[in-house]
Amino acid sequence: MYQKDTIAAIATGMSNGGIGIIRISGQEALDVAERVFYPKGAGKSIRELPGYSALFGEIRDGKTVVDEAVCLVMLAPNSYTTENVVELQCHGGIVLLQKVLELVLRSGARAAEPGEFTKRAFLGGRIDITQAEAVMDLISAKNELAVRSSVGQLKGNLSRQIKDLRSMLLQALAYIESALDDPENYSLDGYSGQLQMQTERAVEQIDKLLQTAEEGKMIREGIRTVILGKPNVGKSSLLNQMLGEERAIVTEVAGTTRDTLEEAATIQGIPLTIIDTAGIHDTVDIVEKIGVDKAKNSIRNADLILYVVDGARPLDKDDEQIMSLLNQQKVIIIINKIDQAQVVDKLWITNQISAPVVELSAKTGEGIHALKKCLTDMFFHGTLSVNDQVYITNLRHKQALTEARESLTRVLEGIQQKMPEDFLTIDLTAAYEQLGYMLGEALGDDLADAIFSKFCMGK
Amino acid sequence: MPHIEETYDVAVVGAGHAGCEAALAAARMGLETILFTVSVDSIAMMPCNPNVGGSSKGHLVREIDALGGEMGKNIDKTYIQSKMLNESKGPAVHSLRAQADKAEYSRAMRMTLEQTPRLTIKQAEVSELLEENQIVTGIKTCSGGIYHTKAVILCTGVYLKARCIYGNVSYPTGPNGLQAANYLTESLLRLGISVRRFKTGTPARIDKKSIDFTKMTEQKGDERIVPFSFTNTEADIWREQVSCWLTYTNETTHEIIRNNIDRSPLFSGAIEGTGPRYCPSIEDKVMKFPDKERHQVFIEPEGEYTSEMYVGGMSSSLPEDVQYAMYRSVPGLENAKIVRNAYAIEYDCIDATQLKPTLEFKAYSGLFAAGQFNGSSGYEEAAAQGLLAGINAARKILGKEPVLLDRSQAYIGVLIDDLVTKETQEPYRMMTSRAEYRLLLRQDNADLRLTEIGYEIGLIDEDRYQKFVQKREAIQGELQRLKATVLGANRQVQEFLEQAGSTPLKTAATLAELIRRPELNYEMLAALDPERPKVSPEVVEQININLKYEGYIIRQEQQVAHFKKLEKKQIPQDIDYDQIGNLRKEARQKLKAIRPTSVGQASRISGVSPADISVLLIYLGK
Repeated sequence: MYQKDTIAAIATGMSNGGIGIIRISGQEALDVAERVFYPKGAGKSIRELPGYSALFGEIRDGKTVVDEAVCLVMLAPNSYTTENVVELQCHGGIVLLQKVLELVLRSGARAAEPGEFTKRAFLGGRIDITQAEAVMDLISAKNELAVRSSVGQLKGNLSRQIKDLRSMLLQALAYIESALDDPENYSLDGYSGQLQMQTERAVEQIDKLLQTAEEGKMIREGIRTVILGKPNVGKSSLLNQMLGEERAIVTEVAGTTRDTLEEAATIQGIPLTIIDTAGIHDTVDIVEKIGVDKAKNSIRNADLILYVVDGARPLDKDDEQIMSLLNQQKVIIIINKIDQAQVVDKLWITNQISAPVVELSAKTGEGIHALKKCLTDMFFHGTLSVNDQVYITNLRHKQALTEARESLTRVLEGIQQKMPEDFLTIDLTAAYEQLGYMLGEALGDDLADAIFSKFCMGK
Repeated sequence: MPHIEETYDVAVVGAGHAGCEAALAAARMGLETILFTVSVDSIAMMPCNPNVGGSSKGHLVREIDALGGEMGKNIDKTYIQSKMLNESKGPAVHSLRAQADKAEYSRAMRMTLEQTPRLTIKQAEVSELLEENQIVTGIKTCSGGIYHTKAVILCTGVYLKARCIYGNVSYPTGPNGLQAANYLTESLLRLGISVRRFKTGTPARIDKKSIDFTKMTEQKGDERIVPFSFTNTEADIWREQVSCWLTYTNETTHEIIRNNIDRSPLFSGAIEGTGPRYCPSIEDKVMKFPDKERHQVFIEPEGEYTSEMYVGGMSSSLPEDVQYAMYRSVPGLENAKIVRNAYAIEYDCIDATQLKPTLEFKAYSGLFAAGQFNGSSGYEEAAAQGLLAGINAARKILGKEPVLLDRSQAYIGVLIDDLVTKETQEPYRMMTSRAEYRLLLRQDNADLRLTEIGYEIGLIDEDRYQKFVQKREAIQGELQRLKATVLGANRQVQEFLEQAGSTPLKTAATLAELIRRPELNYEMLAALDPERPKVSPEVVEQININLKYEGYIIRQEQQVAHFKKLEKKQIPQDIDYDQIGNLRKEARQKLKAIRPTSVGQASRISGVSPADISVLLIYLGK
């Protein structure tokens, strides 16, 4: 839903190394940033910055320094979202970025929904109609995906625990509401003691869940896009072009990328997880062999494969081997190095695999635009869809749990202060809704149904 | 064929609680109004329970009063017992309920109608709606009379094709044997208005002389009487009160019911209408809650000058002999003589999603609807809709903007929004849990929320408005003064706090901060506050509530601010949902059927997901 509250997310890839950016957007973006970012040098404040300028300083959680960072401020309406935007450029690294983001979320921002920055950009009039169509597609696709995958993630034990928690809260709410509605029939005398015990138990349970979330594995977001090709056809350069920055280690020596690299990027609003692989070729180098095996593995889990060939070199056996692996995947064939003399036979390739062909130079950037267009076309025409294995980051779940916990803490405070039960329902309802968010369920008529089915109402 | 022909501005069909408010509002706003009823003797009749108000319904009555409606004033004139429910709970759920003298209630309302200028009462059954090109032009009665009007407000209650049933007995009548309205439904269907069938019921009335009250618990009224109308003080309406009585069903009662359940028309399928879950018959309660050992039974007087007593909690459609056996199994009712049998009633009504939030039909200009006809239940729900339908019909004729109350302004707003947005599957009753901002929608501040609106509409006179403005200013002024007045931690203050069981001050504190302490309140601090102006108890109440619950109130106000943003986003009337490619099928169907006026309303339609709302927002943003 469209709310002008302040949102935040990790704007860059979730990989180790390089620089990671936390983007905060909304009316209170500066307030939120001020709570976590402390500029170096006396008397400096991000408030005094003109738009599009930066300060160096530290991210602090209370007194603990979490990271050093550059804080970039873009004031409304001159930002991507047309709102106040603050970007915290940190040292990157998954764990650190997650930490900073959590800190930001605790300091007043809400985790951004899929596509939400883009949505705001549109609503703020930043993007035009054609792009808006794409954003609409994206939002519906992503929301459906979000529901599917959040429910998917919540299979089994976790899901059952959340459902149990919710059913406990609903029971409590229904009882209180019944008593408020029909006070001559149902009494709340002594109920707060029972409610306190139940709430405390719920808080404990949520704490346990939060702990497991902490230990839980990183969940990737986006369409799994694998860049594939022989060594030194320019896969890493392509990745860098797509990300717009130097990320993968690029050298002229074949086999430099010895492991698979993962990067998250957004191409025209489409979230991609780009996986750069070690070049596939017959190799004796053991370290490299592992990389090649991994690359083959990632083909199987890919939603899309960018198959890169070197336009300046003739195709060989290795290419044939790779093409034989690509029988079932969505593929874009990329003929790289068009800045050099071309020797590759395009026709021959398209005879082997039926896939669109894009010619570009990863080095100069020429043709990158054609690739992006090809990508968006495939996505929005439904050729390319998202693998069910893809998960939405579990950070939102974590935030939902944290907020439910906060609401329940308020319930406990309310009980302590002897607040009347109808006040307690405000926070009980909030907790119920937060947990429902994890299951993709809203409050709706649950409460009325629970009241009528559990309690005999009415004269 | 020769027939009479007359012209009015507004015709109101039905003189129940909705019709009375609608007709009064229209006439008071300056329009020539005619009110039709099948029986003038049944104006503002209470065919079921003998009370007005109760949880959340009391809120509705106070809101009706603040807007310039009649129900609050009428019950203040004719109550015989008054109670504030939930006094031990938070102020948001305090609810006023009064026992009414039914005959007096009806008589007093009729007198008010009769004395209202521009209001004509006519006993006749309306059989047909007249329209041209989707614009209502008047009505026709069974006797062929034609009444040309600019607006028609349908408040037919439970009378359309009504059928009363108990056991295998079935009468084609409205409540209490009153004539049903059998023709209008066909006219509605011809206009393409879809109609459905709901069901409700009422318990028996028992002769007081046959009841042994020594076996029951007396239920007295409150010592302090709070009037429903903001125009009345306790002194204005004080009177001796009449008691109600509490007794219980038992295992014998339940056994009688279980043994005869196959003779209930509800269980045999003879009744097809959908009944309310919150107001189940006693046979429903026994069958659905087999673990409950007993159910409450309230014996309530129907009035001061009648010996009929209402048996609250035991509505039924079981056959007469079973009714006798079951009532007589209840302690105190062993020798009960039944004056009127319990019965279920079925009637035609509409799915109110055919209406705009103004209560005007989407398909017919000038045609409005209110009350049980819209699928609600309860006198108060009916009156609230009647008032708004009357106001909006009048304003339409006067060429003014409609009055819309949103969910953050009033229970009336919640009621109407739910009715016109959600496809209610059973007669709709108000509940405080339906109001998501109930902390702000208290019965004590209904005047502060709505008097201004009532005044602008023209239903609140200058004198009342000026008094209201003074009250509002007194509250604001006193709140400011309390927040600005600082007390030092001197000996007088510390001693006072100690005596009051409160902790002494560490540093200076404002009076407001002290009032926030659970153990203190405004009245108690009089000794520390010699500068205090003289203020009324109503002002004191507002000060205490505003200060004590400030944190919660502020949080709720923030939620309201969020809510308002979507509410303000209007959806154009001519929007083509088929043009929005990305809506899910279900959402598209619902949006096409209900045609919400704002994105906020769209978001409350079941089957419309947050993703659909995002898509809609983006489409609208183009």
